[in-house]
Amino acid sequence: MDITVNILLTIATAATPLLIAAIGELVVERSGVLNLGVEGMMIMGAVGGFGAGYLTGSPWIGLLAAIAMGAVFSLLFAVMTLSLATNQVATGLSLTLLGLGLSGMMGTSFVGQPGERLPNLYIPVLTDIPVVGRLLFGQDPIFYISIALTAAVMWFLFKTRTGLTLRSIGDSHTSAHALGIKVIRYRYLAVIFGGACAGLAGGHLSLVYTPQWVENMTAGRGWIALALVVFASWRPWRVLAGAYIFGAVWIGQLHAQAFGIPVPSQLLSSLPYLATVVVLVLISRNKRLTMMNTPASLGQPFVPDR
Amino acid sequence: MKKLLIALMTTTAAMSLAASAQAADKLKACWVYTGPIGDFGYSYQHDQGRLEVEKALGDKVETAYLENVSEGPDADRAFERLAREGCKIIFGTSFGFMDPEVKVAKKFPKVMFEHATGYKTGDNLGIYNARFYEGRYVLGQIAAKESKAGVAGYIVSFPIPEVVMGINSFMLGAQSINPNFKAKIVWVNSWFDPGKEADAAKALFDQGADIIVQHTDSTAALQVAEERKLHGFGQSSDMIKFAPNAQLTSLTDEWGPYYISRVQAALDGTWKPDNVWLGIKDGAVKLAPFTNMPDDVKAMAEATTKKIADGWNPFTGPIAKQDGTPWLKDGEVAEDGTLLGMNFYVKGVDDKLPQ
Repeated sequence: MDITVNILLTIATAATPLLIAAIGELVVERSGVLNLGVEGMMIMGAVGGFGAGYLTGSPWIGLLAAIAMGAVFSLLFAVMTLSLATNQVATGLSLTLLGLGLSGMMGTSFVGQPGERLPNLYIPVLTDIPVVGRLLFGQDPIFYISIALTAAVMWFLFKTRTGLTLRSIGDSHTSAHALGIKVIRYRYLAVIFGGACAGLAGGHLSLVYTPQWVENMTAGRGWIALALVVFASWRPWRVLAGAYIFGAVWIGQLHAQAFGIPVPSQLLSSLPYLATVVVLVLISRNKRLTMMNTPASLGQPFVPDR
Repeated sequence: MKKLLIALMTTTAAMSLAASAQAADKLKACWVYTGPIGDFGYSYQHDQGRLEVEKALGDKVETAYLENVSEGPDADRAFERLAREGCKIIFGTSFGFMDPEVKVAKKFPKVMFEHATGYKTGDNLGIYNARFYEGRYVLGQIAAKESKAGVAGYIVSFPIPEVVMGINSFMLGAQSINPNFKAKIVWVNSWFDPGKEADAAKALFDQGADIIVQHTDSTAALQVAEERKLHGFGQSSDMIKFAPNAQLTSLTDEWGPYYISRVQAALDGTWKPDNVWLGIKDGAVKLAPFTNMPDDVKAMAEATTKKIADGWNPFTGPIAKQDGTPWLKDGEVAEDGTLLGMNFYVKGVDDKLPQ
């Protein structure tokens, strides 16, 4: 029984940063903006979170710093693509490159220093309940944030008027503009939200997952998050399911190896990407389904006529 | 992505090299790393070696490096760029740079090339390596003494001879203490991904291992051991700060003395392509202080280290291969060539080698 609980806990830790980064990107893409800079914002969050935690001795300040770092960094993308109408794909890619380089430079003095870990939740009695106690009441704080965030985004996008407006901008920014909706302002907020989420996901890496700073520590998780959004066909609950499926596949193959079952680990490492390709093929076969979920003006720059 | 990164980095490196090209009479020594120098592991240790060269040879040399260069054909450009920009001696520090370096070395016959951990040489291409397996034998003995379960978890990157050799040596060491000792082996297909390494460590502990060994570069696995109040071994750097109660010792690399001697030889004009394999006795492989273990285990580890430093090879027969067929006769010592191309397990390893 203990091993099952441990496996589930490990899966949750592996899935949490993917989930948070992907949920943020989902909101951005729903507003019609494609930000490929998730990896860059994530690594900036990781270095900012670790640095602040290390310097102040408080991982909680680190957590806030990670969020702030991601948000500020995404602002760069927002100014470029929204105010200056640059190409979103190119700008997003350069954001990733810049983030990886800049974080390495900022983190030079943190290399080889043990950091502060965010403590796991502990509620007397409740956490001590066998099996479910540790799963429900004994995880790290960011795990709870990730679940709450998913629910909040779901509610916001599909149950509030502002969410509806955001989605309409993503589907047709010209129509939304004609209706008098402030397209650029909405998109700015969406991009900053996405950045804050990516920063938080990075903070999870350097404050919970592996409390240390090393260059490139995101190791491609930002790209998996991007793949997840497409995998989930822009639906929040599917992002949640997808993140946990990806996490389970990864942890499952480690356990299979340790158990002595010969699985080709190279194949399993590539599963998230393969799954995304398969899903893309499947959803593109059904025109109506594609139209329903894909934000129609995704990736197109918007220049309001004056 | 990686390509873009390298292009970007080679360009920046080229610019900085061009800017310093005026400084005449200095010998330019250059390094290519596969990881970031901030990994606090393998590439970090090589870079420490580079810094030692700067310190020891002062204004007679000038150094430059490219980090995060991915292994394989992409590396061609990195080496070629350095050679074009006036580097006189270039060290490629990772196994996967072998073929690119062979190729580029032929194109630039006047530049001196050195490649770590490979086996191909040339007129202007020397190879150097460290006998990490010597240290791993000691780790195996400590693990067998310290493990209550008799099972170690072993996190590995890629099935190359260097790694296979390490697993074999570790198992021989462990079996010399406890013939029934087992190691569970997990391949993570990466030299460097702290998250994956931590996950692998958790999986291994969950399945009953109580000591963790790694042939990957980050401190993540040791941190998991620390959290679970179990033990493990560091890799490349002394990682005691990350796991003050968990680290038993760490298998560290000291490249500085070798780099200094080679760059000095290049300065003196006496450089020749060489094939060296340095070990504990040369100070290139070091074991961090033995901690968190009883005195008798510590004494045993120190005695074995000394025995190896005095010239004993852990791969001394009788040793059988995994399937039971004999490999080395009693007293026979493995040839370096066999070790450098090692693609089989010794008896007692509980894993199927990925091909």
